[in-house]
Amino acid sequence: MLKMMAASKGLVTHGVSSCQGCGIELIIRNVLDVLGEDTVLVIPPGCAALFSGTGPEAAVKLAGIQGNLENSAAIASGIAAGFRHQGNEHTTVCAFCGDGATVDIGLQSLSGAMERNENILYICYDNEAYMNTGIQGSSSTPLGASTTTTPAGKPVGSKDLIQIVMAHGVPYAATASVADLGDLRRKVKKAKGIKGCRVLHIHCPCPTGWGYHSSKTIELAREGVDSGAWVLMEYENGRVKLGRRPSKLGHAEDYMKLQKRFRTAVGELTAQTNERIISRYEYLEKLERLGGE
Amino acid sequence: MSMIDALTGNECVAEAVRLCRPDIIAAYPITPQSVVVELLASMVADGKLGSKVVDVESEHSSMSVVKGAAMLGKRVFTATAGQGLAYMYEPYFSMSTMRFPMVMTLACREMISPGTVWCGLQDALSVRDAGWMQVFCENNQEILDMVIQGYRIAEDHGVLIPINVCYDGFYLSHQTERVELPEPSEVDAYLPPIDLPQYLDVNEPAIVDPNTVGSFLIRYREDHLACMQHAKSVIADANREFAARFGRDWGGLLGSYRMEDADYVLVTMGATTGAARVAVDIMRERGLRMGLLKLRFMRPFPDAELADMLRGRRACAVIDRSVSFGWDRGVLSVELAAACGAHGVELPVLSFIGGLGGLDLRTEYVVRAAEMLADAPAYLKDGAYWMNEDFLGEELGK
Repeated sequence: MLKMMAASKGLVTHGVSSCQGCGIELIIRNVLDVLGEDTVLVIPPGCAALFSGTGPEAAVKLAGIQGNLENSAAIASGIAAGFRHQGNEHTTVCAFCGDGATVDIGLQSLSGAMERNENILYICYDNEAYMNTGIQGSSSTPLGASTTTTPAGKPVGSKDLIQIVMAHGVPYAATASVADLGDLRRKVKKAKGIKGCRVLHIHCPCPTGWGYHSSKTIELAREGVDSGAWVLMEYENGRVKLGRRPSKLGHAEDYMKLQKRFRTAVGELTAQTNERIISRYEYLEKLERLGGE
Repeated sequence: MSMIDALTGNECVAEAVRLCRPDIIAAYPITPQSVVVELLASMVADGKLGSKVVDVESEHSSMSVVKGAAMLGKRVFTATAGQGLAYMYEPYFSMSTMRFPMVMTLACREMISPGTVWCGLQDALSVRDAGWMQVFCENNQEILDMVIQGYRIAEDHGVLIPINVCYDGFYLSHQTERVELPEPSEVDAYLPPIDLPQYLDVNEPAIVDPNTVGSFLIRYREDHLACMQHAKSVIADANREFAARFGRDWGGLLGSYRMEDADYVLVTMGATTGAARVAVDIMRERGLRMGLLKLRFMRPFPDAELADMLRGRRACAVIDRSVSFGWDRGVLSVELAAACGAHGVELPVLSFIGGLGGLDLRTEYVVRAAEMLADAPAYLKDGAYWMNEDFLGEELGK
């Protein structure tokens, strides 16, 4: 056991075992700081399970459960039902899950929870592959990205989680990025104050899996937002509101060239990626305009 | 004061759940259990049942939802069958190994493939080593009574293990029988008030069920197995008090019929037991001293009790509505052989497999098995006799 010389600030302890430069640590420290102690966590296996810990040692100072990979939204629904039965309307039930546990194997239970409009806050930190188990591709892995299961680059693009969420008509959903922690904290705070099923999709660069220097996490996340590869937006009461317009929309090459995972995705795939980014952004703009009318 | 009603097995489950008043219900419909889910939904809609119902999209989620609620110390219920049980296997195993007591009824169904929705005990028996208690019912009254007893046994603080109340799909789930329906106050007096551990508490925060090293995990298993053994006495007590209050004694771990002086013993589970009672009567009329053991609990397995009941008998015959792949026998036959071996009981055992995929386990089949049992040495063989459509013809032509 290490001797602790000073108590850690916030609800996450010192010395967690995430990789150097990991985006999740920034996300969970900020998310839990906003949510506060009156929160119950559901964490599936994955990188975030480093925070639910091993044996008697946890890295979060909260009540919670490590569930299975695909049922975080269902376990959270059960906890929410239990609180409803107790008349507890104040405790936040927060599922904190990776992209694999969300867009792949957990999509069904999340869909059910969204349909029922469960009173839960579902957060997906998206590092775009199964990082904890050795960088296997997920349905969030972008076109052309190399993973251990897509060594020649992923031949198809990623699922559009936020649009899947919007199609369920939840009261609040938003995307966020570690590139803008102020914006991220604002969205968590807003989500906390809303009843029903809230979904946050947070872009989470991964130095180990994406192949960049661990000091560049924020810089990379910013390139992702600036190029439109990651779009900041909110969905509330059926209306889409986009964040600031990407300054380099359709120029994802600057974002991609920083990452070894896109080494094989040169030429045609870069062009395809830019086309996808532009057409998706234009579609989201149309949705935003529809909401404004 | 009980009320007399005519109810199907599925209706008995719903009525029993109404009487036990779980806090949270999450269940997904599947043949032949669906009526249970429909009836519970109606009861809640009509205000007859105050449970919170979560309408889930799958069995995996139904078990996950009740697991979440159980973390807050809630009494919970779900029901499934066959493929649904297979689909929920992951949280099913974790529900028992997290020691959350609950009742889940199973309208037992043959497993696919080939495609089937009909009766068989293969679904429940295939998961007999997933840490749950399992009781098998002979008739609809027993289903109703065991859901009620199930909560009492599972929630006992020396047990804290969930229980499956299993009944033959269609044969019981859809068959109407005379049933005595207890008053809510009678059930309230029998069941303890809900007093279950609450593991999620924001005032005493802890992460539950993290990755656990083997040196801890092995102690969880030791404790689980010890509590499963302790459950045997809790089951006996629950049965005794139930009998005193409601006038129905199901026998606890094992039921028996005309066993006092029996030389030959039929051993059955579930609805097949009814045909076996008839067979025993017929054989008795012919002057043969035959009796019947009805295995009620597959888990905890009444090994010593079963061996004691078989000690000194001439032979027994086991009729299984399941198979144990890799053995040429059914599940109960294998388990019975293990119990006899463990407790030094030696007697000839004939094995029969029948009733798979909804195939009728006809009384004539059971009578024929009883006749073979009475002449056991002539019929001893490795492996099972198959009660297929050739069974009577082949044996009679022998």
